[in-house]
Amino acid sequence: MKKKIVCMLLAGGQGSRLGVLTSSMAKPAVPFGGKYRIIDFPLSNCVNSDIDTVGVLTQYRPLALNAYLGTGQHWDLDRTNGGVFVLPPYMTEHDGRWYSGTANAIWQNRSFLDQYDPDYVLILSGDHIYKMDYTKMLKFHVANNAAATIAVLRVPMEEAHRFGIMNTDEAGRIVSFEEKPKIPKSNNASMGIYIFNWKLLRDYMERDDADPSSENDFGKNIIPNMLNAGEKMVAYPFEGYWKDVGTIQSLWEANMDLLGETPVLDLNDPAWRIYTRNPVMPPHYTDHNADVKNSLVAEGCVVRGSVRHSVLFCGAKAEARTEVVDSVIFPNAVIGESCVVNKAIVGENAVIGERVQIGVPPKDGETVDNHLTGDIVLIGNDVTIPADTVIPRGAVVTAETLGQFTNGGMKA
Amino acid sequence: MNQEAFGLIFTGEHNPYMRDLVLSRAVAAVPFGGRYRVIDFVLSDLVNTGIRNVGLIVQKNYHSMMDHLGTGKEWDLNRKRDGLFLLPPFSTKDNTGVYRGDIDAFHSIMQYIRRSNQRYLILCGSHIVFNTTFDAILRQHRDTGADITIMYNEDPRFFPEEQNRDLRLLLDDDGMTVKRLEWNPRNPGSNFRSCEVMIIDKDLFEDLVEESYSRGAVDFVREVLLPRVRDLKIMGWRYDGYVGRIDSINTYFMHNMELLNAGAARDLYNMRHPIYTKVKDEIATRYGDWADVHNVVMADGCMIDGTVEDSILFRGVTVERGAIVKNSILMQGVTVRKGAVLDHVILDKNVTVNAGRQLTGYEGIPLVFRKNLTV
Repeated sequence: MKKKIVCMLLAGGQGSRLGVLTSSMAKPAVPFGGKYRIIDFPLSNCVNSDIDTVGVLTQYRPLALNAYLGTGQHWDLDRTNGGVFVLPPYMTEHDGRWYSGTANAIWQNRSFLDQYDPDYVLILSGDHIYKMDYTKMLKFHVANNAAATIAVLRVPMEEAHRFGIMNTDEAGRIVSFEEKPKIPKSNNASMGIYIFNWKLLRDYMERDDADPSSENDFGKNIIPNMLNAGEKMVAYPFEGYWKDVGTIQSLWEANMDLLGETPVLDLNDPAWRIYTRNPVMPPHYTDHNADVKNSLVAEGCVVRGSVRHSVLFCGAKAEARTEVVDSVIFPNAVIGESCVVNKAIVGENAVIGERVQIGVPPKDGETVDNHLTGDIVLIGNDVTIPADTVIPRGAVVTAETLGQFTNGGMKA
Repeated sequence: MNQEAFGLIFTGEHNPYMRDLVLSRAVAAVPFGGRYRVIDFVLSDLVNTGIRNVGLIVQKNYHSMMDHLGTGKEWDLNRKRDGLFLLPPFSTKDNTGVYRGDIDAFHSIMQYIRRSNQRYLILCGSHIVFNTTFDAILRQHRDTGADITIMYNEDPRFFPEEQNRDLRLLLDDDGMTVKRLEWNPRNPGSNFRSCEVMIIDKDLFEDLVEESYSRGAVDFVREVLLPRVRDLKIMGWRYDGYVGRIDSINTYFMHNMELLNAGAARDLYNMRHPIYTKVKDEIATRYGDWADVHNVVMADGCMIDGTVEDSILFRGVTVERGAIVKNSILMQGVTVRKGAVLDHVILDKNVTVNAGRQLTGYEGIPLVFRKNLTV
């Protein structure tokens, strides 16, 4: 049955900059904000924008994502006509290959799109946190009679070199596009949100697929090709919160953005709810001696210690006399008694023993491999840390690296 | 999956001791335990037993129940084969649409009972909360060849002035066979109280209902079970976990507050058999800089910037800076404004307490404010 618009969500990446957090799941399945996963944001935005057909493109551990999405009922995407579909690469009788690029992922699934005969296709990335009404962007696209519309956000000029920059004329028409320019000409950063006219995009992808030198990427190939061909491409200015949570630092920051008296990102918005697969858990319990301030605490948590400026996900526990500060504690992680946890991300189901100190300044001469983490400690999923362990600032702790913290004289 | 049994929950009963909490809803639909309704417990017990066919008899005021249960998908009961059946009364030539008692209701849904192809019926009331599965009682029922097996627990607490559907079991020396039943006794001969769950063979149930209906009987326990204790083989099955009987405002308050004790919380919130409920997609609860929270059970979606002690907070409660809430139950959507002071109160859904108000009940006499009120 025909659809006006279908969404294709690029959930592909392994997310290597998120390090051990993505060792067993795709980046979009990384927890965020006390009870969500990153992918809940684009999915909820779609549902709240009345887009009822979403293809999720992934080639990294599709099973975990498939199990998470299920029938789509938690996002109200269990539709008779449409719904949410996980689309991993597949073999045909002629060939079969991994997705070679973002555009190739869409191209390989053209028959999925063709069955809905959509006028427009909305392309999203699976690693951004924001609330956006795509209906408004579509109206803008139609009103401008554009071939493609790209959502842009004004970023501080000094940070523009980290983004794909859209240079526009006064009318908002895109005149050129530069990926991470050393000397940016403008500060209109692409948010990785595109609306294309499907038939036109299909033509460009077909030609791109026939070009052996192409990387089959939207940013590197399709968009420049369309610009060079003189297609009308317009920038849709977005105002509001938007964050790429592709790094440990930005993931931590985005969680902290939910805190404070007037949070930078306020998810308590009845008109724009973020849906998720709610775990079936009892309410949280804060005991007699607990002291919780300026924090988010989700259902299933038990707090007996002190929690400051932190986010506790469903089923997390902070035991008595423990202090948790500036930290993000993922679902079902348990922090034992008398611990100190300072500026850390603690992975799902991690178990921290008693009197463990996390995030202490490194001793003289001690070096920590923190190229992914900066000053944030990252404890991997399912890691069990024995009592009395001391974890220095910026460290990454996994089952493999645990030994270097428990042996070798680093004990308290 | 349990293909041998189906469940039938009777929610038609009225209870005057619940006062303002049941003005617009059945006892089964009363919010309980921070994020549940009373009915969620017995319904989840059935689902966690693997029961896939559940009938729910509703009578008056069932809007909030329908809204809560929907298609049953939160309980995984939106099935093509069997599933959740809402059974409201309907008017026919010999039925005016209002049940005089449970026998009327059972008679009027006989079609559903006949169509159910499971052998055993698990007949449940809807004002008692506990968290278990019915596997063991079903096993005992089969093994003993009983006609009827009644789930009971030992409960020495007795509130004669609020007695409601109080069924007591007096057992034989074997500790199982029921030799006498007492219904709302003035001087109970036993502390073994029915949990309003009984297993009964479907065929026998049909016979008992039709026979008693034809002679004008109204109440199944009083007019069928009590007189026939000697010619039916009635057994008891003892449950030792936590049981909360929601019979009155006082017991409602007491059982909610007992969730602040580790024992009751461990039993009722046992994650081995989770209690399912309608999902609201609330955000996690946010504690502000001025939050001072001790010994509190709290659901998602709350905004806390005041003092809260020894209380139960449902989803989406706001406690503003400087407000003090003690020994209270705040249901979904309640707002307590700056500087208000509450002690021993029950605020029903969406009640707003304005700045600086002081509301104080007493132990055993909590103040109740009905839905949507602004104080």
